[in-house]
Amino acid sequence: MAKPNDLVQGTLDLLILKTISLEPKHGWAIAKRIQQISNEVLQVQQGSLYPALHRLEQQGWIRAKWGESETGREAKFYFLTAAGRAQLEKEKESWKRLSAAIDLVVETAG
Amino acid sequence: MRWTQQLRMKILMLFGRRHAAARLDQELAFHLEQQIAENVAVGMGPSEARSAALRLFGNPTLLREEAQSSWSWNGLAKTWRDIRYAARTLRRSPGFAALAVAVMALGIGATTSLFTIVRSVLLAPLPFAEPNKLVMVYEHFRNTLPSLNGYNVVAPGDFYDWREKTNGFQDMAAWRWWGCNLAGEHVEMPEVVTAAAGSWNLLSVLGIQPAYGRAFTPDEDRPGARKVVLISWSLFQRRFGGNVSIVGQQIHLDANPYTVIGVLPKAFTYPNPTVQLWVPYAASFPIDEAPPHDMHQSYVVARLKAGVTAQAATQQVSTLQYQIHMANQGRPVAEEAISRPMIEDVVRDIKTPLLVLMAAVGCMLLIACLNLSNLLVARSSARRKEVAIRGALGGGRLTLIREQMMESLLICLIGGTLGLSLAYSATHWLATHWRDLPRADAIHLDATVLGFSIAMVLVAALVAGLVPAISATGTALITALQDSSRAIGGSASRAGLRKALLTAEIALTVVLLVSAGLLFKSFLQLRTADLGCLTDNVLTLKYGLPEMQYNKPEMVVAFHESLLQRVRTMPGVIAAGLVSTPPGGGYEGDQVFIIPEHPAQNHSMLDQDALYRTADPGYFKALQIPLLSGRYFTEQERLDRAHFIVINKKMADQYFPGESPLGKHLTWQWQMKPENFEIIGVVGNTLHEVGATINPTAYFPIFIGTPRRAGSATLVVHASGDPLTLSIPIQKQIAALDPALPVYDVLTFPQIVGQSTVSESFSATLVLAFAVLSLLLAAVGLYGVLSYLVSQRMTEFGIRMALGAQRGELLRLVLTDGLKPVAVGLALGSAGGIAAGMLIKSLLYGTRPVDPAVFGVMIGSLMLTALFASMAPALRACRIEPTQALRME
Repeated sequence: MAKPNDLVQGTLDLLILKTISLEPKHGWAIAKRIQQISNEVLQVQQGSLYPALHRLEQQGWIRAKWGESETGREAKFYFLTAAGRAQLEKEKESWKRLSAAIDLVVETAG
Repeated sequence: MRWTQQLRMKILMLFGRRHAAARLDQELAFHLEQQIAENVAVGMGPSEARSAALRLFGNPTLLREEAQSSWSWNGLAKTWRDIRYAARTLRRSPGFAALAVAVMALGIGATTSLFTIVRSVLLAPLPFAEPNKLVMVYEHFRNTLPSLNGYNVVAPGDFYDWREKTNGFQDMAAWRWWGCNLAGEHVEMPEVVTAAAGSWNLLSVLGIQPAYGRAFTPDEDRPGARKVVLISWSLFQRRFGGNVSIVGQQIHLDANPYTVIGVLPKAFTYPNPTVQLWVPYAASFPIDEAPPHDMHQSYVVARLKAGVTAQAATQQVSTLQYQIHMANQGRPVAEEAISRPMIEDVVRDIKTPLLVLMAAVGCMLLIACLNLSNLLVARSSARRKEVAIRGALGGGRLTLIREQMMESLLICLIGGTLGLSLAYSATHWLATHWRDLPRADAIHLDATVLGFSIAMVLVAALVAGLVPAISATGTALITALQDSSRAIGGSASRAGLRKALLTAEIALTVVLLVSAGLLFKSFLQLRTADLGCLTDNVLTLKYGLPEMQYNKPEMVVAFHESLLQRVRTMPGVIAAGLVSTPPGGGYEGDQVFIIPEHPAQNHSMLDQDALYRTADPGYFKALQIPLLSGRYFTEQERLDRAHFIVINKKMADQYFPGESPLGKHLTWQWQMKPENFEIIGVVGNTLHEVGATINPTAYFPIFIGTPRRAGSATLVVHASGDPLTLSIPIQKQIAALDPALPVYDVLTFPQIVGQSTVSESFSATLVLAFAVLSLLLAAVGLYGVLSYLVSQRMTEFGIRMALGAQRGELLRLVLTDGLKPVAVGLALGSAGGIAAGMLIKSLLYGTRPVDPAVFGVMIGSLMLTALFASMAPALRACRIEPTQALRME
């Protein structure tokens, strides 16, 4: 469900892929990590996070395994597949192009 | 490998769905716990931390559903869930579910069955090569009686001329009915078989190859040619055990040896499956006679030439026919030829009854759908609040509609499956028991029929489910939630919808009832039709003396006479007589004649036409056919001294108006040349066929003995008790006179009448059954609507009563409410009934489209049913205690 103050459409996938590119993480940690890295600017709602995670898993970009969390509870950890890693590079490229283009417009136009 | 990963997920989602759902719950719960832990860490109390986390978390069910919506097979899962919901809802009201399923099963089953028959009989192409190029060509008399509908069978002389002198058709072939005694090579196992005689090119015109052996050659189809026969597949199997060595062997037909030259293929059952064998066309005529132009008995099949229309080719034949007519002035030779497609010709008698039945089952299915729709509307209004609450909790309208549709779909699917098995047995039963159904052997269920019934299930589900589903989910949620049962008249529009459905249902039911009533009355009229003679305790047996063996009039007379003597002295026999065709037994034949005492008129020749029969002196007395004037034949009037004739009343009235026919003569070509017969008596009318009009009929003395005219006879025996017990003793007497003579059609009059009305009996009984079922459905519908209305207005009734309304007034209130749609439906339905009656006019006998008795009975029974159906809810309304009603929520 798209909320008004949500992330730019499609960027959530990129953020998730990037966040778990170093090590497997569970949903809560992914959300926290994005929030933390972005200096609390990006708030990922559960309502967007879990559907996105499941969608990525269905598409084969990420996989999940159940493991023990820091607190000793069982949690679902997501990690990148090989295809997901390639997809991350692709999305990074296109994001860079897009943000550079937006920068250009914002800085020079008018 | 991304695709292996995707495949893994697909398999996981397909088979581990329940596990995945549990895991999702765990995952979400973990998230929630982490949130609570974080809240506690920043200093909240445990319960405060929990509720804050929950607030942040939002609607967990919605979240779960959204996460799941990304899973594979989600559509399937949703459908499965809908089915489970629907099944659960249905299981909660098993009575309703069973009724609905039964109704749909009947509706779909009957429609599928009829569709199968209509498709195989009316629509499927004939089993011949390029069947759409085949037409039947008939003669047409310009001054024909309307009852004969203008298609006159063809004289052999005309056929030969047509084939020789016209070239509009690629080829023309002729055939005629024939019948004979069949016996083996050593005259063993005699039996009477229905046969046909076909011109040598008939099979090639139809595009049929014999299964074994060959077809006739042109040489075999000439007068006096070597006698050959083609046997049907059924005779080949039944009598000759499917042994191919029969080809080339001899069998005896009417005591003449015939060589079997071929076996017809199994699929060849034209003109109908009773035909056991075929002889060459020319073999069915006397050798010493030129093909006449004025003896009509043949059917002509023609194949169209490429590029020539049937109309153009027929026009050519017609022109020739006019020349033939001019060359044979004063004899019954038609002026024109007309044609119609062969398929139309084959199905013409059955087309209207089948279409009527199809329409009737269609009506019934529609009524069943309306009824289901009505019941669903009632249920959905009871669940209105539930639906509203679910809508408020985030249930999409489409989801809710889909769920409601699923209920009707489920009912229709189960009903359809049951209906299909019902259709399978019903079709089989109809195909084997409907005697007059042409092409019954071609009837079968196939993929198209299956597709048809699946389509019908879907359409029925849509018709029945869409209206309630849309109307149930459409209303504003707030209104529905605020709408307590105390609100009075809150759902007037819903009631309006139900009343409209009910009105349509009643109207359709009336149409069905009226049509069924008309058909049934016709059928009863047919069954009880007065044949004009004694019909109780009478046995009829047929036999035919082979001309070869009984080739002298004396021999024919001797056989008939000694048989009568033997039978008349048997115990239990009151009287016995001989006639060529008994009343109700069929047309036999008609011929034109001249009355020499009347002044010759040019045109009157063709108008003077009568059915003929042969009878013995005792026949009229045996069947108690009254003598109106003159006398019967005497025993002495035989052979050369037998030029006397008895006519029926109709003939006397028609041809001798205002004068006595006694002593007058008829010039009739009875044997080789026209001879005068003196009229000696007038007897009462008898019906030659149930449902037909009475024709002028002339009786010739059977003791004239002419082998070709008097050799076939029906022995009629008036018994003192059950006539069937006499059948074996009488057959023994016949066997004692001629052991090789087969006896056939051993029947009583009720059996004769029953056989000839079997088709009417079928359509009338079936339509009546459909109509009664529809009436029941309408009653259920009415009861449902009224019960719903009453329960909706209970509070109102309580208030009315508290304010002093009398119980009788409440009763009247409810009844008028319920009977209003009935009245509107009745008015619409009566109009529809009259229209339907007009459409089925050709099937009616002894009644007319606007039959007050039928309308009265049918409308009366509907009113009575409606009154009963509305009485229960009305009584419930007026028995209510005001205090109780007001407290009710």
